Amino acid sequence: MITFSRQQLKIPRLQRPVYLVTAGQSKFDRAFPDKRTEELCIDAFTMAAGLLDISPAELKQYIHSCYYGHFADHFGDQLLGESVIHDRLGLDPLGNVGVKTGGATGGSTLWEGMKAVASGYSDCVLVMGWERMDEVPTDEGNFLISCAADKDWESPLGHIYTGYYAVMAQRYWQIFGKSEESFRRTLAEISVKHHGYARFNPFAQSPMKITVDDVLNSPVVAYPLRALDCCLMSVGAACAILCDEDTATQLTKNSKNKPLRIYVAAGSHTLRPADRLDMAIPLLPNETADQYKDLGERFPGGDRYPGFTGFLAARIAAYYGYGMAGITDPTTDLDLVELHDAFTISDVQTYEDIGIRPYGYGRDYVESGDCYHTNPHTGQPGKLPSNLSGGLIGCMHSVGATGIMQTFEVATHIWHRWEELHGDAQLWQKFNRVKPDDWTSLQVEGAKRGMAISHAGVGSHVTSTILMDPDHLLAKDA
Amino acid sequence: MSMFGQVFVKDNKYKIKGDFHHLTPNTPIRDADDGWKLLGVTNPRDMTYMHSYGGEAIFFESLSQGKLLATRCDNSGCGTRGTTYIPFRIHCPDCLGKNSIIDLTAVARKSARIHTFMVCERSGAFNLLDKPIKFINIEFDGVATILMSYLSLGEPKFGMRVLPIFKTSGPTFTILDLSWVPEGTPQEQLPEGFTF
Ligand SMILES: [Zn+2]
Repeated sequence: MITFSRQQLKIPRLQRPVYLVTAGQSKFDRAFPDKRTEELCIDAFTMAAGLLDISPAELKQYIHSCYYGHFADHFGDQLLGESVIHDRLGLDPLGNVGVKTGGATGGSTLWEGMKAVASGYSDCVLVMGWERMDEVPTDEGNFLISCAADKDWESPLGHIYTGYYAVMAQRYWQIFGKSEESFRRTLAEISVKHHGYARFNPFAQSPMKITVDDVLNSPVVAYPLRALDCCLMSVGAACAILCDEDTATQLTKNSKNKPLRIYVAAGSHTLRPADRLDMAIPLLPNETADQYKDLGERFPGGDRYPGFTGFLAARIAAYYGYGMAGITDPTTDLDLVELHDAFTISDVQTYEDIGIRPYGYGRDYVESGDCYHTNPHTGQPGKLPSNLSGGLIGCMHSVGATGIMQTFEVATHIWHRWEELHGDAQLWQKFNRVKPDDWTSLQVEGAKRGMAISHAGVGSHVTSTILMDPDHLLAKDA
Repeated sequence: MSMFGQVFVKDNKYKIKGDFHHLTPNTPIRDADDGWKLLGVTNPRDMTYMHSYGGEAIFFESLSQGKLLATRCDNSGCGTRGTTYIPFRIHCPDCLGKNSIIDLTAVARKSARIHTFMVCERSGAFNLLDKPIKFINIEFDGVATILMSYLSLGEPKFGMRVLPIFKTSGPTFTILDLSWVPEGTPQEQLPEGFTF
């Protein structure tokens, strides 16, 4: 049993409030044979400036330091890629730094940017993330991704990251899912939902109108996971601008964007799942130790925590983030979430890690209809809609940009600009994509608070990014 | 015929022999939908790295001798003293003292069982294992960690007892030299080069 000290469990405190004032993103796709990465970054930056009704040149005047999320140098075959982008954005001589934490890179980049503003080092920062995953064929791409596992102890085993993940999924599937056909169908529903929501998102790479049976009949990748249970491999860029209060007020004075309070927190766990030692479940504010006393009886084999079934890093990121933002129950305090659905099953695991449902009951979030924009059982708004962007399964997983794309999506709901930014016929046309005849607005009415979870493979790094309308904060000093 | 890059160390320096990279020309990438205009270029590259196992070298050497090593913190001042690690940890993650190296082969033969597994139909480039790959994660009595490896024979199940096998003939000196088979597998069924 390992334990954590009081100092380690301190709730993080910011020296001053930090605001997200705008964000933007490029089109996402499997390949861009006709665009360089910097063109995609400039697309994202230009969009962010446009949402403030100012020019990119004007926005640049405010920026004081830059945080660049780009995970895999070897994919783009360019070291110091951050420096290339910084130069092409014309941001010299400002200080800039690259951030790399696997799938959580986007979230970690926001984390760094937030700290720079909160500390007073900068009043306004650029947070930009991107990934270039189309310079190698898919099996070489899988090899390059597998380099994120331990190179001596794991990667030689097939050079396939999905396999390292899937052993965890298998354990969850058998212990908490009890290998039930009904649970397998619930997993498939997640894919149907995310590919379905992607149909209404012009930025999204994989819009699909599919059924549960289509998912269950797609090729097996690693049983029980099938091709349609897995996230995409993408190219694209996303950015956000974070500021102190005065700069936020100035930058938004002619804009429909309201400055949103932002809190970002991070957790970690061993790179190799093999090394995860036993511990008591760290509790979130909506849980008690008592409720987990008989977890092993309810789910035989489920008493080893976090074992291969829980993501400690996600739990800790939620613990810090909820503490900072004053969240006591994510389902009631938040209006929407964007979760890191690398696989349908890890999406379910995350519901539990971040306290949307107790450990063992993640599937209920889907089965109850709470995770939908409109609950399919009641026709009423879902209690806590998730991944209206389409997520990593339907929209994109352009690694360094992913956590920022999720944050952009959450912000568009709180700004009440989702419909404008996803329904614009010109945007569909510019991206050479067909706006479906049954296009429907997924705006979450009255959204005031949301969260994005950014997660690195097998749960080595996880961040929680919480956005709130400043007139609807949950804690005074938060 | 060129020779693959080979390396040994003398006087604490890498001594290299053979080809560490191969030259292949760039070729243009053109747009078949737009008059074959130039879009980009291929960048072929094939390199050999020189990687040190450092304090874990003894683990990989021992696999080729049919032994499974682990480590244990024996520091009397450490809060997690007595914890046994495999994967091998050179230093204790708690006190950062140097761990003791222990032979886990007998414990593995007596207690190894499958904690979880995955049958994987796909692999990445450069994979050397036969597909489907049967990933298994193995628990041992008295060990705090759960080792990832692969099952060479049979179908994996939770709780299934497995025995370690070692590539003692023609070893690769990688983690692939360690594999597992169901308890009761006869020696003559083991994959080529492997022994119990
Ligand atoms: Zn120790």
